Amino acid sequence: MELEKLLFIVFAVIAIASALNILLQRNPLYSALSLIGTLLALSALYVTVRAEFIAAVQIVVYAGAIMVLFIFVIMLLNIPKDQPQIEKQKALRYLAIPFAGLMIAEMFYVLRWIRLSTLPPVPAGNAEQAVGTTWSIGTRLFTDYLLPFEVTSVLILMAVVGAMVLARREGD
Amino acid sequence: MTNLLLEWVIKTIVILFILVTAVAYVTLMERKVMAWIQMRVGPNRVGLGKFRLWGLMQPLADGLKMIFKEDIIPLQANRWLYVLAPALSLIPALMTFIVIPYGSHITIFGYTIELHVTRMNVGLLYVLALTSVGVYGIVLAGWSSNNKYSLMGGLRSSAQMISYELALGLSIVSVLLYTGTLDLVEIVEAQSGFHGLAWNIFHYPLLILVFVIFYIASLAETNRTPFDLPEADSELVAGYHTEYSSMKFVMFQMAEYLNLITASSIATTLFFGGWNGPFVGRLPLLGPLYFTVKVLALIFLAMWIRYTVPRFRYDQLMRFGWKFLLPASIVNIIISSTVILFMR
Amino acid sequence: MVNYVPVLLILIIALGMAAVIIILSKLAAKSRPTREKLMPYECGVEPVGTARERQSVKFYLVAMAFLLFDIEAVFLVPWAVVFRDVVRSEAYRHLKYVFYGEMMVFMVVLFVGLIYVWRKGILEWNK
Repeated sequence: MELEKLLFIVFAVIAIASALNILLQRNPLYSALSLIGTLLALSALYVTVRAEFIAAVQIVVYAGAIMVLFIFVIMLLNIPKDQPQIEKQKALRYLAIPFAGLMIAEMFYVLRWIRLSTLPPVPAGNAEQAVGTTWSIGTRLFTDYLLPFEVTSVLILMAVVGAMVLARREGD
Repeated sequence: MTNLLLEWVIKTIVILFILVTAVAYVTLMERKVMAWIQMRVGPNRVGLGKFRLWGLMQPLADGLKMIFKEDIIPLQANRWLYVLAPALSLIPALMTFIVIPYGSHITIFGYTIELHVTRMNVGLLYVLALTSVGVYGIVLAGWSSNNKYSLMGGLRSSAQMISYELALGLSIVSVLLYTGTLDLVEIVEAQSGFHGLAWNIFHYPLLILVFVIFYIASLAETNRTPFDLPEADSELVAGYHTEYSSMKFVMFQMAEYLNLITASSIATTLFFGGWNGPFVGRLPLLGPLYFTVKVLALIFLAMWIRYTVPRFRYDQLMRFGWKFLLPASIVNIIISSTVILFMR
Repeated sequence: MVNYVPVLLILIIALGMAAVIIILSKLAAKSRPTREKLMPYECGVEPVGTARERQSVKFYLVAMAFLLFDIEAVFLVPWAVVFRDVVRSEAYRHLKYVFYGEMMVFMVVLFVGLIYVWRKGILEWNK
């Protein structure tokens, strides 16, 4: 258990630090790279809960495809560094603090009701019961969760058509 | 636990050491193969003191030269990314080698050592993930150099890599239909039958087509001819590594050759039985030998292709990847799954 | 899970290697910067314009198409891994053809997507 805790803390710190860095960077490319760092740390966290397939897929799809798209867009559009902006309505700044406080209070309220013991126990060697392994995903996805899977294919088709239409309209 | 850690550290260091040496000598092999194909001899003078040694010390001389070359960082370049990019290219290239099985096991002083650093049950997907991350080094190198040639070369190179990654991934899916596991160690062990000759490519002949698709896709992934337009000298100066000098350039070259070695290793593991061969059962040390011979054969094939075939133009390249290779790999999956469903 | 620690190990060692290489060249190489050496390279002439111009939108389209087909490949992987066992096993006997058929449906839908992209000419010219 000690190793798991240690790894969890290390990767959680990296994930949070990268996530903060996304906000703190002026250059959008650095923010994108920090996001990649966050995704890699998250993938490591998935490994610590034995969802190795999801961890690998996270890197292949999210860090390897979606972020490549982000970076291409940032480079293609040549998005400039963030300039400090003149604020038109300073009063809103003071309204933000109570709203942020409200959101944090709500999060604490929700988290109070989650017991860590209700998470599925990590099985030792019983591949059928495990969540996140290749076997369990392979069998469950195409039997119990067949409808979401087929709907996903239509969704992806819609995304393809939509992206191509939107992009072509400007360049045409 | 510390025993395990020690074993891992030693294996990792041994493998990295072998890899770095291998990369150096693959560059020599490249130059020699190029020379012999072009009817000349290649580097044969750099030896040790009085002895010519057939040019075997050439990589050492090249390495030393590169260390002492001036390290220029262009004025307008984005310093942080400029230094990060070669590391981002090199590190994923190095990381793939911990899941590849080099042999079955050896026994030293009564202690049995498995000849793979670690055994992941998603090993193949891990390799694919590292390939996906390898794109970033190139695109960031192109951008951070602040040079028009670099940027175009970087964007084109990365667009080429992601296009062929699809064909690569889908051809791997075809193999998965037959192997039923993502674990590379298990895949190789399953090819142990029949006096060590039950390689996947003999057992499932349809995999020959899949191997051809996989190999072509991996040549494009590693930016080798005939797919090396983004870095060919006469085309785009040197593409994404135009502005790089000295050791950062060396890191890019190392990454490229490491990717070639990785692609060949995965191809031997998936299609040619990995470390299997005659008599491995009785003499486990033959395993790494067979593995090395097979990987070298595939690397030689890549070099042979490089010095024989002319380059693709970039639009031909993309068209080939999307309009031919991708549908071909999809059709392969359909055929393979139909065959498995209705036969045996 | 313990099997994945070597990934961290080799990451750290490889980072160390990269750092050593860079530091080595910083120490060993002389640095004599001149104006010409520091300029962006443009075949020997003075560079015209900046490198930060707008690039073609084709790269975005290729990345988008890659993303979508990559997701398809990711759905194919667990299916392929369990396919053989499911089709041969007794427990899923009644699902044999369904298991095969549903992935064929998925692939047909995505093949339609590929044909759409093909016909729209996105995979063409200078691509």
